[in-house]
Amino acid sequence: MTEKKIRVLIAKPGLDGHDRGAKVVARALRDDGMEVIYTGLRQTPEMISEAALQEDVDVIGLSILSGAHNALVPQIIRKVRENGQNEVIIFVGGIIPEDDIQGLLDAGVFKIYGPGTDTRQVSREIREAVQAATLVD
Amino acid sequence: MALIDDMRKGSRLALSRVLTLVENASPTGQAALNQLFPYTGKAHKIGITGPPGSGKSTLVNKLAHQLRLNEPAAKVAIIAVDPTSPFTGGAILGDRVRMLALQNDPMVFIRSMASRGALGGLATATQALSQVFDAAGYDYILIETVGAGQSEVDIVNLAHTTIVVDVPGLGDDIQSIKAGILEIADILVVNKADHPGADQSTRYLRSMIRMGHRTSSPSYGKHALKEWQEPEPKENEPEKELEPDWLPPVMKTIATDGTGIMEVVEKIQNHRSWLEKTGNWEKKDAFILREVVKKMVTASLVSKFEAEVPEDEIERLLSDVNRRKVSPSEAATQLVAYNRTGINPHLSE
Ligand SMILES: Nc1nc2c(ncn2[C@@H]2O[C@H](COP(=O)(O)OP(=O)(O)OP(=O)(O)O)[C@@H](O)[C@H]2O)c(=O)[nH]1
Ligand SMILES: [Mg+2]
Repeated sequence: MTEKKIRVLIAKPGLDGHDRGAKVVARALRDDGMEVIYTGLRQTPEMISEAALQEDVDVIGLSILSGAHNALVPQIIRKVRENGQNEVIIFVGGIIPEDDIQGLLDAGVFKIYGPGTDTRQVSREIREAVQAATLVD
Repeated sequence: MALIDDMRKGSRLALSRVLTLVENASPTGQAALNQLFPYTGKAHKIGITGPPGSGKSTLVNKLAHQLRLNEPAAKVAIIAVDPTSPFTGGAILGDRVRMLALQNDPMVFIRSMASRGALGGLATATQALSQVFDAAGYDYILIETVGAGQSEVDIVNLAHTTIVVDVPGLGDDIQSIKAGILEIADILVVNKADHPGADQSTRYLRSMIRMGHRTSSPSYGKHALKEWQEPEPKENEPEKELEPDWLPPVMKTIATDGTGIMEVVEKIQNHRSWLEKTGNWEKKDAFILREVVKKMVTASLVSKFEAEVPEDEIERLLSDVNRRKVSPSEAATQLVAYNRTGINPHLSE
């Protein structure tokens, strides 16, 4: 089997204790044929960038409900890029206030998916983005 | 290959990229493996297998931590295999959740793998990934198999030391692991010893081990359970120093709080010394490599066959088989002959 599998890290930074949303996304991506590395709750930016490095993922999905996104997300993106993973696609799922969205996109977030997003849309869009990134390579 | 040089110089990004190339069996990955092979053969490969949820990941987490405490200069790699869904081809790889404590140790590298359709508890590329870690200078490679408990015993084709994890059974005779998997154990661990029945399970497993205790020359890959027999003392033979036997120890652990972990690591080291003293380290290594070559021969014959024999030839012959005109064995013979000579089996009749 030489077909390249899309590898996704699903992580939950911050201190809130809910990972139902993260698990739903993880399952949806698995059901779309991706390999999803699930790391659980309360991840620091260092832990997330380190896991992304060791797993050589194509995509990182960050599930955030805590409201700490403005602090955490840019920090995670910076660490991932510092590690040399420049092409990794980073998306955010969770509750992000309208006012913060543009800032996160400017920081390098690929897409932000609010509650109730159709998971098939998530998986289609990240598959297309990974394929586009691989073609550029 | 620049990537290999970077990896050998210690770049974790390069290592990670090589692992991906090798896992995907890309031509670059194969070339990388060829280039790395001379640097392999030093790592101690330790397999951890056992039923789903028995605590393998939690145990691996603690074992790696203990190894690092004992040997601050040692590098530890972990390969954790989880099953690929046969329906979607996707996988959720969740073993890392139990290994977060290792995340900030730069001497530990954890890589999750999906089984990608392989049966037997490992992925097809697990052996190759272990070679990459070996060449990258990792001293210990801990390999967690898919949650097993029955026939998933491929790990013996790869590990120097195999740890089988069980949990306390509900009664004397209700064990979640089967005799077949006991035979592959170099060390048995009864984890979740904080649950009732741990002592009974330990006693039960000890008696099973003694009954099925394999004799002095381990037959790697096919550990037949033999009836226990006292060796007959031979009268006229000169007193010969017999190769001491390895009797797999049964250890109790509570992986969640670390109870018994130090003792298991001690047994791992004892097993390694035993392998080295008895010459079994080399034997095991030779056995592992032989298996690798055999698998590759099979795989390349199959892909050669698939490349050479047109799909419609196969289909035509299969429909003859379906109509009972040709037997399966005749069909196979004809297809293989087609492969070798390029002669259309239908014209050669
Ligand atoms: N009470 C108790 N629970 C434990 C012990 N070891 C592990 N667990 C728990 O058992 C559950 C499963 O542990 P894992 O380490 O994920 O088990 P596993 O064998 O790796 O599971 P799979 O990879 O899914 O087959 C977790 O909730 C652990 O916290 C133990 O010694 N005692
Ligand atoms: Mg596990």
